[in-house]
Amino acid sequence: MGALAALSLSLGGCNAVVLFPSGDVAERQRDLLIQSTGLMLLIILPVMALTAFFAWHYRQANKAARYEPDWDHSTQLELVIWGAPLLIIICLGALTWVGTHLLDPYRPIDRVDSTRAIAANTKPLEVEVVALDWKWLFIYPQYGVATVNELAAPVDRPITFKITASSVMNSFYIPALAGQIYAMPGMETKLHAVINKPGSYTGFSANYSGAGFSGMHFTFLGLDDAAFGKWVGDIRKGAGTLGRAEYLELEKPSQNVPVRTFSSVDSALYKAILNMCVQPGKMCIDEMSSIDAKGGLGLAGVYNVLPLEYDKYVRRGLGTVTAFGPKSTAVASLCTIEESDAGASGAFRPTPAGISLPVKGRGLARPPYSPAGLLRFDLLTSTRPSKS
Amino acid sequence: MQSSIAKFIFGRLTLDSLPFDVPILVVTFIVVALGAIAVLGVITYFRLWGYLWREWFTSVDHKRIGVMYMVLGIIMLLRGFADAVMMRSQQAIAFNGSEGYLPPHHYDQVFTAHGVIMIFFVAMPLVTGLMNFVVPLQIGARDVSFPFLNNFSFWMTVAGAIIVMISLFVGEFARTGWLAYPPLSETAYSPDVGVDYYIWGLQVAGIGTLLSGVNLICTIIKMRAPGMTLMKMPVFTWTALCTNVLIVAAFPVLTAVLALLALDRYVGTNFFTNDFGGNPMMYVNLIWIWGHPEVYILILPVFGIFSEVTSTFSGKKLFGYTSMVYATVVITILSYLVWLHHFFTMGSGASVNSFFGITTMVISIPTGAKMFNWLFTMYRGRIRFELPMMWTVAFMLTFVIGGMSGVLLAVPPADFVLHNSLFLVAHFHNVIIGGVLFGLFAGISFWFPKAFGFRLDPFWGKASFWFWVVGFYFAFMPLYALGLMGVTRRLRVFDDPSLQVWFLVAAFGAFLIALGILCFLIQIGVSILRRDQLRDLTGDPWHGRTLEWSTSSPPPAYNFAFTPVIHDSDAWWDMKERGYVRPLAGFKPIHMPKNTGTGMILGGLSIAFAFGMIWYMWWMAAFGFLGMLAVAIGHTFDYHRDFDIPADEVSRVEAERTRTLAAGA
Repeated sequence: MGALAALSLSLGGCNAVVLFPSGDVAERQRDLLIQSTGLMLLIILPVMALTAFFAWHYRQANKAARYEPDWDHSTQLELVIWGAPLLIIICLGALTWVGTHLLDPYRPIDRVDSTRAIAANTKPLEVEVVALDWKWLFIYPQYGVATVNELAAPVDRPITFKITASSVMNSFYIPALAGQIYAMPGMETKLHAVINKPGSYTGFSANYSGAGFSGMHFTFLGLDDAAFGKWVGDIRKGAGTLGRAEYLELEKPSQNVPVRTFSSVDSALYKAILNMCVQPGKMCIDEMSSIDAKGGLGLAGVYNVLPLEYDKYVRRGLGTVTAFGPKSTAVASLCTIEESDAGASGAFRPTPAGISLPVKGRGLARPPYSPAGLLRFDLLTSTRPSKS
Repeated sequence: MQSSIAKFIFGRLTLDSLPFDVPILVVTFIVVALGAIAVLGVITYFRLWGYLWREWFTSVDHKRIGVMYMVLGIIMLLRGFADAVMMRSQQAIAFNGSEGYLPPHHYDQVFTAHGVIMIFFVAMPLVTGLMNFVVPLQIGARDVSFPFLNNFSFWMTVAGAIIVMISLFVGEFARTGWLAYPPLSETAYSPDVGVDYYIWGLQVAGIGTLLSGVNLICTIIKMRAPGMTLMKMPVFTWTALCTNVLIVAAFPVLTAVLALLALDRYVGTNFFTNDFGGNPMMYVNLIWIWGHPEVYILILPVFGIFSEVTSTFSGKKLFGYTSMVYATVVITILSYLVWLHHFFTMGSGASVNSFFGITTMVISIPTGAKMFNWLFTMYRGRIRFELPMMWTVAFMLTFVIGGMSGVLLAVPPADFVLHNSLFLVAHFHNVIIGGVLFGLFAGISFWFPKAFGFRLDPFWGKASFWFWVVGFYFAFMPLYALGLMGVTRRLRVFDDPSLQVWFLVAAFGAFLIALGILCFLIQIGVSILRRDQLRDLTGDPWHGRTLEWSTSSPPPAYNFAFTPVIHDSDAWWDMKERGYVRPLAGFKPIHMPKNTGTGMILGGLSIAFAFGMIWYMWWMAAFGFLGMLAVAIGHTFDYHRDFDIPADEVSRVEAERTRTLAAGA
């Protein structure tokens, strides 16, 4: 433990943020880190000491040491050899199981810090995080504003992050606040955290994502309630609208991007980003998988594609053409996000008018049965019986 | 018209693909070219081509192939280490607004190449080389089961290394990190040839690794000397067996996942893209299902080396042989149940994360048991601190630190704050340098006299040892600290000036390691010059315990004139104790495989195939592929693949050995 204390002391002099964080989650992660280290040192230190001692004591020059060339087994020793690490790992395993579940990033925050519980009527701050090439977009759905490369949160109020990415994998990490979690395109991860001390902290991407990776960091501001209110107010007073067209501009690769703010945000934008259908006319992933889960579009789906021309002009460019493959395409949407939401609530019924091929799927009638049709479509594409 | 012909011939290769605009690469190319011309000139001047071709390149002798693997590994170590020096110096100076001297396009290639080369073309060849050299000798066999396959495997590994090296001067290497996660490695974000070099380099080398795994498993299972039951096998052979089982089970997964990535990149499938229902997580899972066993593929044989070395230099039987064997087997099995710990932070649930975290910790139990076994082998021993033993003690002290940081990273909440940080970088260098590399150096200095008939010079060896060990601590302890400061890896420039001092210390460590490598090379040179003083006439310079020490140094082509009969796990020690007398007459002709150039030709054709695929020169790819098929099929019609060493020749060699032994006594 002495070495550990010395280490933490020497690191205290500099900014060992992982050991001295400012958020409750990160603090509990730090505690687990130190407890685990302590547990392991129980066995590591004796082993190191014995190694050094045996190496010195049984050196060839020391004729006084006992020499038993044929001694190669001891049941008692073997029990200790296997038993001692086993005991340590049982303790560590229990610690791990409990810690992993308590500190699961998907689990809502249950306390402000070690002494304070969360007030009953507290509503967590929601932030939608998007990793772009190579900057961070933060959308505040409760306030209708958005920022680039600057994040703020009120002290002691739980924060719920929903995290996704526009193109490649990144990892969203504010060491002072809480552990990291990946930001992945077409997928959503979540993180719950709370900041306990006001201050300005660093956040960054912890997973290499291409040329501009080194500059992909942002400021995280822990503000008291009044200061946070002012921060939001200032953004609202400012300019900048973030709709789909502006987003498609914003997501183009750029490096070392300064802070930007948007006083209003398209409320469906995050959902479109997550489902990779910001480009008008492109089918959203959730719609696609929902159609597929109900049996798919059949052969008609093969034609239901659009050329994929919008994406990352610079990064994709000509590279979208593979040596032998077709030009890149995207699945065309059957309806807009608004229509899809309305459909989910039953307010909107799409009609298959104008579609000449028999189309199956959500909200559509089964095509009329014929053996030829079965051969043409069902056997070739979807063998899964439709439940509807 | 002209351009379409050029396009047919050269694919996407143009003059612009050559990096004339990067001075570092131009200078490197000139140095490499001059070096190559010098080496080729020396070989030509001393008329060594015929010798090299007959005695080495076409050799199917497992000992020669083992040595060639080691040479490959050491040459590639220089390349991989040059990348390391570039990274360390870039990170040491890129502060206070300085961009350093490497632009992202170059820097990102450097760290990718460093990882790929160090794992696939340094650690793997060195480990495979030692297994190739030692295993048949330890089990009393005359060669491996499939000697030609062995030669072919070696040349495929060389071909893979050459493909990766070509990327240095023609085109570029991947800028994705050493595991090339999609979507970044897809054509959308990496449209150039870098990832294609990565895919084909690893596919070609992977075939060699897989086949050599099959070969060694078969050798160990089928070719042990009579009396050597599995539980009388030397521990190194046991670890080699487990490692090759891992290779055979794991490498097909790598081949498959890279094939899927290649399909995405060449024919526009969507396995790992984000569109059309593709999912990059599938790649991440598959690559780590190969990737985690891979680290045990590297470390297990090295555990075997330490076992042999500790027992030999302590003058004692290995403590707890049985538990050592079971520990090895348990690690082999468990290594398949832990892959998810490489991506706890990608959103798995708490129960999944806990499961993989705990299986990972469980591995530390058999590993800990091994550590204690070495410890109690030293206990009541008479330890001779020759170089291999020095490496072993340094390993024991260093590896436990790396093991501890590894178990720490297996605790998911701790991993959430340390994943991808420099703490992680420090951890895996701690186990790969402090474990694998220290072990390889122990193995090299241990078996070098067996391979060449003279010992390595101890002075330069000790200099190398101290520079490596001290350099390691200087280079990587600061990275542990930086990880705790929340510094992530693969950064090219830094904002916080207070971090610079740590990177300067790390760079100093890299400089010490450079001296260590230099001393190692000097050690080999000096040893060759002083070979007469360092000569080992007995064949058993360390008072060894296993069968390889019963034959001459270097062993004759046939290894053993008579196949030994085994009664104990330390077979040679047992023979010496029982007053074994070397037979001096009654030799019979020995049936041996003939050399063949087919392996090298196949390796060459695979380079042509890969180069064609990378640059879209379809004619060249077709030529390489059809050529490989034709040559491989043609080789099966070669019915003159074996010969007999006449009894006279055997008795002449054995008589020579009798004279040498008398001179040594």
